[in-house]
Amino acid sequence: MSHAPAIRHLTLDDLDRAIINRLQEGFPLDPNPFEIIATELGCSAPALINRLQRLIATGAATRFGPFFDAEAMGGAFCLCAMAVPQERFDAVAQAVNDRPEVAHNYEREHDLNMWFVLATESAGELAEVADGIEEETGLQVLRFPKLEEYFIGFKVTA
Amino acid sequence: MTVLDPIDRELIAATQAGLPLSSRPYARIADQLGLPEREVIARLAEMKARGIMRRIALAPNHYALGMTANGMTVWDVDDERISELGRRVGALPFVTHCYRRPRALPVWPYNLFAMVHGPDKTEVEAKRQEIAALLGTAFRASDMLYSTRILKKTGLRLSRNGG
Repeated sequence: MSHAPAIRHLTLDDLDRAIINRLQEGFPLDPNPFEIIATELGCSAPALINRLQRLIATGAATRFGPFFDAEAMGGAFCLCAMAVPQERFDAVAQAVNDRPEVAHNYEREHDLNMWFVLATESAGELAEVADGIEEETGLQVLRFPKLEEYFIGFKVTA
Repeated sequence: MTVLDPIDRELIAATQAGLPLSSRPYARIADQLGLPEREVIARLAEMKARGIMRRIALAPNHYALGMTANGMTVWDVDDERISELGRRVGALPFVTHCYRRPRALPVWPYNLFAMVHGPDKTEVEAKRQEIAALLGTAFRASDMLYSTRILKKTGLRLSRNGG
């Protein structure tokens, strides 16, 4: 899990940093894509591939590959929030997490202290699942579907 | 809803865990699916043009890179200006996700959500102030919610048969 609390200090050199920064921007759709990036960064393609393997193995990066727009693929998503009484928090978290439609769930410091994302095949199912959680827990599920997206990126300067 | 043909779905399923780290990654996927390499490249290009694929990229681990604090900043922004301002907030280098979402009055007056990452809470707070400065008089109220615990995290599931 990328959010593990104890993270080793990673030693990254200039080439690692250049790779992380460059590959957040995108990757060529060309038969020899690593050659193109390696030339840009002034290293060889095998060296670039080695570094990438190490960045992923050490946990400096979580994934390298295509990022698909889940909604464009036909899914439906909704950010939801609940105000859960502290004494019921763990039981409610369990009930929410047990539903396979809950993609992730975070505890946050706020009266609305549980924030989760529902992912279903259709918008109708979203409402069913959210209503089901309300019924099961007796707590209101506030729904915050995305109306407009301004940017999703990574842009961490390594 | 965008319709994907079965080969597109296979291609998505084959690359969801990542692109092969070998000198000709598209050829590797092509072999696996029994397609010509040029078809794999052409289909990925087509999915990118249609917005189904955003891009091929490396996802850094914010935590491993020392960005251990994250705050969900939320803002009550003028409806007439939110599209313009949202794009500017989303373009800030420390904002990783930025969305317009509905308010839930009276408990939730906020319609702009921007996720901010930083090495510590002091830095995240400073970045929140930068967003406040950018929004200027166009926002009425704001808040920031730190995450205290991950309760569940799973990857995106996509069925291979499209069911």
